[in-house]
Amino acid sequence: MTQDDDLAEVIGEFLVESGEGLDALDQAFVELEHDPTDVGNLAFVFRTIHSIKGASGFLGFQNLEKVTHSAENLLSQLRDATLLLTPEITTVLLLAVDAVRQMLLNIEQSGSDGDADHTELIRSMESLSHRPQSTTEPGVQVPGLDGRKHDGPTVHLPENAEAEVSRTSQGATQKEGVPVVPDNSSDEELSDDESKSVGELLVEAGRVKPEEVQLALEAQLAGDPRHVGEILVERGVLDSSDVVEALNTQRKEAGPTVNNSTIRIDVALIDRLMNLVGELVLARNQVLQFTANQPDSALVETTQRLNLITTELQAGVMKTRMQPIGNVWSKFPRVVRDLSLSVGKRIRLHMEGAETELDKTIIEAVKDPLTHLVRNAIDHGIELPEARAALGKPTEGTLSLRAFHEGGHVNIEISDDGSGIDVERIKAKAVSSGLISADQAAKLSERDASALIFLPGLTTATAVTNISGRGVGMDVVKTNIEKIGGVMDIHTVKGIGTTFRIKIPLTLAIIPALIVTTADNRYLIPQVNLVELVRLEADQVQSSIEKIHNSPVVRLRDRLLPLVDLADVLKTPKKTKVLLSAQDGEEEDFDSNLKPINIVVLQADDNQFGLIVDEVLDTEEIVVKPMGRQIKNIPAFAGATIMGDGRVALIIDVMGLAQESGVIAQSRDRSAGEAHTTTLEEMVATQPMLVLGVGSASRAAIPLSAVDRLEEFAKDIIETTGGKDVVQYRGSILPLAYVSQILNLPSSRDDVDTLEVVVHTSNGSSVGIVCDSIVDIIDETINLQATDSRPGVTGVAVIDGRVTDVLDVDFIADSVRLSGPSRSRSYAAVAS
Amino acid sequence: MSIPTQNQYCTFYVADHLFGVGVGEIQEVIRYQDVTHVPLAAHSVEGLINLRGQIVTAIDLRRQLALPERPADTLPLNVVVRTEDGPVSLLVDEIGDVVDIDESTWEATPPTVGGRIGDLVQGVYKLQNELLLVLATDRAVDVGASASI
Repeated sequence: MTQDDDLAEVIGEFLVESGEGLDALDQAFVELEHDPTDVGNLAFVFRTIHSIKGASGFLGFQNLEKVTHSAENLLSQLRDATLLLTPEITTVLLLAVDAVRQMLLNIEQSGSDGDADHTELIRSMESLSHRPQSTTEPGVQVPGLDGRKHDGPTVHLPENAEAEVSRTSQGATQKEGVPVVPDNSSDEELSDDESKSVGELLVEAGRVKPEEVQLALEAQLAGDPRHVGEILVERGVLDSSDVVEALNTQRKEAGPTVNNSTIRIDVALIDRLMNLVGELVLARNQVLQFTANQPDSALVETTQRLNLITTELQAGVMKTRMQPIGNVWSKFPRVVRDLSLSVGKRIRLHMEGAETELDKTIIEAVKDPLTHLVRNAIDHGIELPEARAALGKPTEGTLSLRAFHEGGHVNIEISDDGSGIDVERIKAKAVSSGLISADQAAKLSERDASALIFLPGLTTATAVTNISGRGVGMDVVKTNIEKIGGVMDIHTVKGIGTTFRIKIPLTLAIIPALIVTTADNRYLIPQVNLVELVRLEADQVQSSIEKIHNSPVVRLRDRLLPLVDLADVLKTPKKTKVLLSAQDGEEEDFDSNLKPINIVVLQADDNQFGLIVDEVLDTEEIVVKPMGRQIKNIPAFAGATIMGDGRVALIIDVMGLAQESGVIAQSRDRSAGEAHTTTLEEMVATQPMLVLGVGSASRAAIPLSAVDRLEEFAKDIIETTGGKDVVQYRGSILPLAYVSQILNLPSSRDDVDTLEVVVHTSNGSSVGIVCDSIVDIIDETINLQATDSRPGVTGVAVIDGRVTDVLDVDFIADSVRLSGPSRSRSYAAVAS
Repeated sequence: MSIPTQNQYCTFYVADHLFGVGVGEIQEVIRYQDVTHVPLAAHSVEGLINLRGQIVTAIDLRRQLALPERPADTLPLNVVVRTEDGPVSLLVDEIGDVVDIDESTWEATPPTVGGRIGDLVQGVYKLQNELLLVLATDRAVDVGASASI
């Protein structure tokens, strides 16, 4: 029983370590293609394969052992420089690596290395070797004294063999700091990456003279394929038991430094720790808030310590989850090599900042988007060598990956020096696919036009290849990046190249956020999106806020910043009324101008916009908690958290908010990839409706999109013109239409001094629709039924469990409008 | 609609109707909690509550069942039910007893019961003095697509 457990554990370690080794191999091979004589890389590749072979022999995985043995044979010749690495050999060796990976997967899943037939692969490896296979059977070799790694093509034996032996063995130390093989399997010939070479140890122990070791090394250099130990034993200068002893010593010496400095931890455990730390941070926040008003100094002091310790603990646990982005990148050299060969291009991959660390969950999340971008660059970006030559570019294209930290975020850039994106072609494509209209296309800036590639259903590839070009992809890439709180943009110059920039947070678990309030509710804005805070004092408001058509803007350092009122977007009543949707040319005579305005400047995609909030409070470290499915698809919110006082607060999704408020294009189609056109019927059927109370019990509804503002007017300001009731509203005349009259019902507000008015704006002019009460906003799928034609009523539906008349807003507006329509409103699908 | 297989029901009142949910589906019943309202959410969503560090959506059963609004001076209670998606709180007026029911008293919801109640009630147990409406919790916590404009 325990033996089985032990074995399972050994196999588990073997799998993990072999997997790590294999990942590094892909890259090593690609580098080797550039420099086939790189001794260090050859030694590393050899060692990795060698280790897997040794362990697989010990663990009884024969298929695995056969493949690795053949690969090792081929590699030993490469290392000995009796064979030069050709692309052909690389391909075969990579195939062998794939086969090994497949077998490791098999072992993981079924415990056996599978019964796939690798004879073809083994044969091709053998045929590439000059020499016949080593006569020594795998797994039964004498424990080897590996001096062989010294004799790469450029290494000359020094006079003092002892010094040479120790020097080169250092260079062979594993990158990752983990032993390549599990301890239990090391009875095999596995001595490569230890701190002191066996030859050295033997000399130290007085078992053999340095000259003998040197002779053996020379013999190896002359082509003897065996290990130093084997040679020495054969010559009779050494007993094989001495070799075994030296191997054991070597392992003991190397063991502690490697094994004691790192341990392996289940990711699930770290995730749990992270969750607990998150809870602790929240509890700490609560304790801090609670003790702020306590007079007891001992308590306050203890709380301060708790605060510090929690912060450090948090940092520590976060660090355990950090991984270099190179872990994801390591597979790209292989991807680039394979793909560029298959499409007949020559591409050099340049990577910079591979050591940049990111949270593990983020690393996982960016893996696919990055791969997609890399594939795209190879397939569409970089041109064929002939085309490049014709353009005077180097025939070899360059694909660069760059990662760096910047202000609590990680930036990743993927750039190619290829053809760039033909913006005109994108526009044409977008128009022909019906994604935007020709008018819109003509108005787009270069930058916005290149951002069109993020729209679902758009591809610029003239032909669909098996790599990319099906038009599903870039939108998904962008959505995935945004899902982890990242932002992405594209910069492309035709003929020069394309750069994608991705900015992502370091971690998802705990983020700093700014607390703001509107209508007495707290909301959190992740700092990743925060640019700056602007406060307009009361006397500045009038002069600073200007309007373009309906949109308020503020001049911020000579640039126009569109303004959005948080309360407007969230449709919550507001404390400070800043009438943002005022009409052109209106007097700004509302009382809000007397109050200061807080503007939070936010970044969404390429756009900045100002969010008007009531108050800006503080920043706090928050833990993003998921919300139930009932509310998680509200675009304006990214999640929720628990505040210091124990109450829940919502976290704003700045991208979602920007889209909701029209700051940026509604390009994120939730059902990505599907073209979707909304018909008028559908709009009515699925649109949120504003439900109005009419008379004592009747209800009417207006599509929320037709609602501009809700107002309450005193009855005594009503004036009449041409038999129509009007009020003076924000500098112009607002005609009033009474729902009770349209529906032919008595009003229940005859005895009240105020009017509830829904302001509707279309064709550039507004009308006020007077009802008795504003009931609610209802968002449910409604089944609209036609009625006998009653003017002003579109139909009847059951809304919120009540029979409700759905009003024909356009008809009502036209019936009371004072003048004809002035201009038509255009609904742009893409923001300009 | 199949006959529910549970025979112990946690009961509660919503606008004078007696509803029941199988005890197995109930996580806990707690008194009124501070609710954070969620703008733009569906009408039935009252908001979010902090349930010992977990954020739970609270659904007002009166609105979900299209029953009249709760009088402003009364506070609802939270009946926290387990769903595939984690716990969800149902806001109810009053908590009743846990009742053992007799399988033979089950009847399907009469077809004349329309509207939201007809949709959300699986069936009826005829108790001695009143009717126990068995709530379909999966439908009771489904508020449809949230607002998006």
